[in-house]
Amino acid sequence: MLELQNICFSAAAEGGEKEILKDISLTIDERFVAITGPNGGGKSSLAKLIGGIYTPTSGKIIYNGTDITHASITERARLGISFAFQQPVRFKGITVKDLITLASGRKIGITEACEYLSEVGLCAKDYIHREVNGSLSGGEIKRIEIATILARGTELSIFDEPEAGIDLWSFSNLISVFEKMHKNFGGSLIIISHQERILNIADKIIVIADGKIKDIGTKDEILPSLISAAGPCRTLSEKIAR
Amino acid sequence: MDKIKQTLLETIADLHETPTGAYNIRANGALDARGTTQNIDIVTKTDKPGIDIIIKPGTKAESVHIPVVITETGLSDLVYNDFYVGEGADVVIVAGCGIHNTGDEESRHDGIHTFYVGKNAKLKYVEKHYGEGDGNGENVMNPTTIIHLAEGAAMEMETVQIKGLDSSVRKTESVLAEHAQLVIRESIMTHGRQTADTAFTVELNGEGASAHVVSRSVAKDDSKQVFLAKMNGNTACNGRSECDAIIMDNARVSAIPEINANDVNASLIHEAAIGKIAGEQLTKLMTLGLTQQEAEEQIINGFLK
Repeated sequence: MLELQNICFSAAAEGGEKEILKDISLTIDERFVAITGPNGGGKSSLAKLIGGIYTPTSGKIIYNGTDITHASITERARLGISFAFQQPVRFKGITVKDLITLASGRKIGITEACEYLSEVGLCAKDYIHREVNGSLSGGEIKRIEIATILARGTELSIFDEPEAGIDLWSFSNLISVFEKMHKNFGGSLIIISHQERILNIADKIIVIADGKIKDIGTKDEILPSLISAAGPCRTLSEKIAR
Repeated sequence: MDKIKQTLLETIADLHETPTGAYNIRANGALDARGTTQNIDIVTKTDKPGIDIIIKPGTKAESVHIPVVITETGLSDLVYNDFYVGEGADVVIVAGCGIHNTGDEESRHDGIHTFYVGKNAKLKYVEKHYGEGDGNGENVMNPTTIIHLAEGAAMEMETVQIKGLDSSVRKTESVLAEHAQLVIRESIMTHGRQTADTAFTVELNGEGASAHVVSRSVAKDDSKQVFLAKMNGNTACNGRSECDAIIMDNARVSAIPEINANDVNASLIHEAAIGKIAGEQLTKLMTLGLTQQEAEEQIINGFLK
């Protein structure tokens, strides 16, 4: 479905260009793929390259046999790629209903919009007419972001660190949303995540570090080595798991 | 009434037929139609152009529509409309002005609206301004609104100006007594070489009075906007003014706040922000399949809603 061929990506940084991704080649055909690795390793950049928000310095991106390396964000969206932001964007005046309607690409009724909101654990009547602005909490806006992806219902959806910036209680709910999506959602998911509970439901895990693919395999192959080298969030994730 | 006037009426007052409640339709400087109710009287002024709208105390859930349409080029229209909202009334007033100018001369409407809102009365006042035309004649509107809120009166004012006016100077002056509440929401979009000036003055004279003035505007092309808000807190009161503008192309926007606390218990806030559309907002909507232009339209529509 998605193939990255020799992707390199550099971006302007202090003291000149910084090489962020170095010769990444991979194929994604699975239904649930998690990309993990240390912060600053290039995970988010990789997600943004697939979504068309960044353009690679060299290499090719092939989606269902079509070269989309230079396709715009809009073109990729229309080809069936969705992108959920790590920090969802806030708008003045655009309501939750507006955003979900835009995402679905057609006129939808309140009932259908509510359907997507309840999927992500939000009580629709409290949210449907609210503006997607600074009054929403991190957890709320994150779930609304996911609802827009559900409303699009495309073949491929990319989530950039869905767990980032949300509180503990929202996190628990978020995980169950992904578990449910894994079961019921028609399309494929690529999720950038540090969370063991998300990695645990993945069909394939890709570890990116220092701009390169460090490891790639099933969760049984990858998880044990990741956990033994677990970072400072271990205690927290155990608490959440309880 | 001809088709052009009807379209203008629909645009400025959402009127598709004769409105229910009281109404006064002014077309090309003359009375076109009028209707009154048991509680709401409309009387033509004898000393100058304009009308008095008299709403009896205690009138509930009634509305007044007073649209103005101009379709003649070169017409200059000036009216004085005075509104008397009786004690304890709860009503909606919809005003608006539409100009359709296909000629080469300036069409102009200057409306001076004065509101006397009685004790504990509630008023929602909606005003829309709209201009269109394919000639070279300019569309000019200079609405002035003067607001007197008696003790415990509450007024909510919505004013909308979307495109079509080459020049507008809007003045809104208000005086608030004890526990009076005033909320003003302004939406403006200018394009081409248009200019739009708005000036709000709020006198918070009565203890416990509160005022909230919010302006949202979009300036495109070579247009210019000036937002001026002056709030005087003369007693224990709350005042807040906000100006939020999106600037595009070669447009220019100025926000000039002035808040004066003349009493130690006056609490006044001013916020102003001017900037272009955030790139990440465009990106987000493009990931939903919108083109950049469609994304811009959605962001602007939402912003001005």
